[in-house]
Amino acid sequence: MTETILKRWDNELVIAGIAVLLLLPLFGMPPKTYLTLTIAGLAMGMLLFLVASGVSIILGLMDVLNFAHGALFAWGAYVGFSTFKLLEKWVQADSVLLNFGAFAAAIICAMTVVAVLGMVLERVIVRRVYGNHLFQILITFGATIVLVEMIRVIWGPNDDVMSVPLTFQGNWDVFDVIIDRYRIICILIGALVFGAVQLILKKTKLGLIVRAGVENRDMVQAMGHNIFLLFTGVFAVGAGLAALGGLAMSIFSLQVYPDMGSTYLLFAFIVVIIGGLGSVTGSLVGALIVGLSYNYVAYLVPWAAAGVNIIIMIIILLIRPKGLFTAGK
Amino acid sequence: MNDAVLKADNLQTYIGHHHILQGISFEARADAVTVLIGRNGAGKSTTLKTLMGLLPPSEGVIVYNGMNIQGKRPYEIARMGIGYVPEDMGIFADLTVEENFKVAKLKEDEATAGRLDRILELFGALGKFWHAPAGNLSGGQKQMLAIGRAMVNNISLLLIDEPSKGLAPIIVEALIEAINQIKEECVVVLVEQNFYMASAVGDYFHILDDGRIVHSGRMEALVDDEELKSRYLGISKSKS
Repeated sequence: MTETILKRWDNELVIAGIAVLLLLPLFGMPPKTYLTLTIAGLAMGMLLFLVASGVSIILGLMDVLNFAHGALFAWGAYVGFSTFKLLEKWVQADSVLLNFGAFAAAIICAMTVVAVLGMVLERVIVRRVYGNHLFQILITFGATIVLVEMIRVIWGPNDDVMSVPLTFQGNWDVFDVIIDRYRIICILIGALVFGAVQLILKKTKLGLIVRAGVENRDMVQAMGHNIFLLFTGVFAVGAGLAALGGLAMSIFSLQVYPDMGSTYLLFAFIVVIIGGLGSVTGSLVGALIVGLSYNYVAYLVPWAAAGVNIIIMIIILLIRPKGLFTAGK
Repeated sequence: MNDAVLKADNLQTYIGHHHILQGISFEARADAVTVLIGRNGAGKSTTLKTLMGLLPPSEGVIVYNGMNIQGKRPYEIARMGIGYVPEDMGIFADLTVEENFKVAKLKEDEATAGRLDRILELFGALGKFWHAPAGNLSGGQKQMLAIGRAMVNNISLLLIDEPSKGLAPIIVEALIEAINQIKEECVVVLVEQNFYMASAVGDYFHILDDGRIVHSGRMEALVDDEELKSRYLGISKSKS
């Protein structure tokens, strides 16, 4: 009986448990501080989700360890950076419409360029090493070096300051709680992407085939679906999401630099391990855990902030070695 | 034979460095169930995977409906009208029964809808669990889903790998009845270790041993051949 309940409400119990744990810091700080940290944590979590969801789907469906994902993330940031430079007047204009216009243009350019880059990467390099993790690590690590060096050649080796559209700057004061505007925008972008990906995965035939492919690639092929075309498409979407993450993160951190992908790739792998391979919901929950716990611990026990995510990952690996959520969800 | 839907000639397949199929040749005739039978590790499942393109052979020819399909990818072979039910059934456990069928359907037309209706008539239990995750089905229901899913497209050849494995005798009886109906609609190549089921549905048999076909013939002949059954299938007279 207990076993049946646990099995049936498995995911709900996981979410309830996480919610309880994340409410605990409320006892160690004033509620307003908790709210501020929660918004900061949610924003950080959503940005990590954008990077991690691509890694998760690529790893879950294609069984490919893509170490070049961080470089694609950096390319997204730089293409966005160039788009903002081109549309400087829109970015600096005192107009919500023009600001969002510039942001939408940067998203479209970054995602398109990086998705094409991802397709080329999959067709030319990754396809040759399917089924061999060691070669995948080596070859995608090599691709990272090439892609980062290309950034240095095109945009220069130094850090650059990322422009921020005027509307995204500043704070809102809601009942004495200071809320950064851009953090709310990050949360909304993350929620929108999650909703869109879930809609595609659950309500479209293509999404069903991807979910089926995460569970059993051979069977999907044996049903008449060209898995290699699907792999290229998924790789492009994963790269596009990394680009969106890179663009959003560069606005958040106000800078772009050629090696920026490696920092966030580590976080992305932690998120994927916590959430479960191939699970988009798992990526979201894992990213929110990482984002929130980092912010709470940085306030409560500053010296432990850097290691808290590693500790969470180890605990989850001990309790649920396959991550919090099963593949295909 | 002129009425062969599938002809495999001298199939040689390796898995890693292991030489699993060492020259398999056989035919699957129209309007018949061909059973590949043999002990564990004889190469039965590898033969079906090779036919389906999941394990490309290093040598050999596979002719299906007059076309050489050797070297084609699994999705191309499936689109030519070959359905496949693997040994582990290949159910997408996180997807509902309905979603499993949606993934399987290559076309959304009236003919496909008609076939789905017939499948749900044949396997009534699937309709009851239409919106349930396939992972929650019993072993027998999963097997029904696997077979039904393979038949939802317009296929002329169905490859089924050990459908009776791990199932209760009453479910095996239901499967026998189902396969006897299915064979009216398409050619069936069945891999089976359960001799009772093999003999109940099979018209022709091929005994595999160490990656080779060592005996072939009509199923009635094998049923009466105690020596052959004892030597290659480990069935003594009292057991059969």
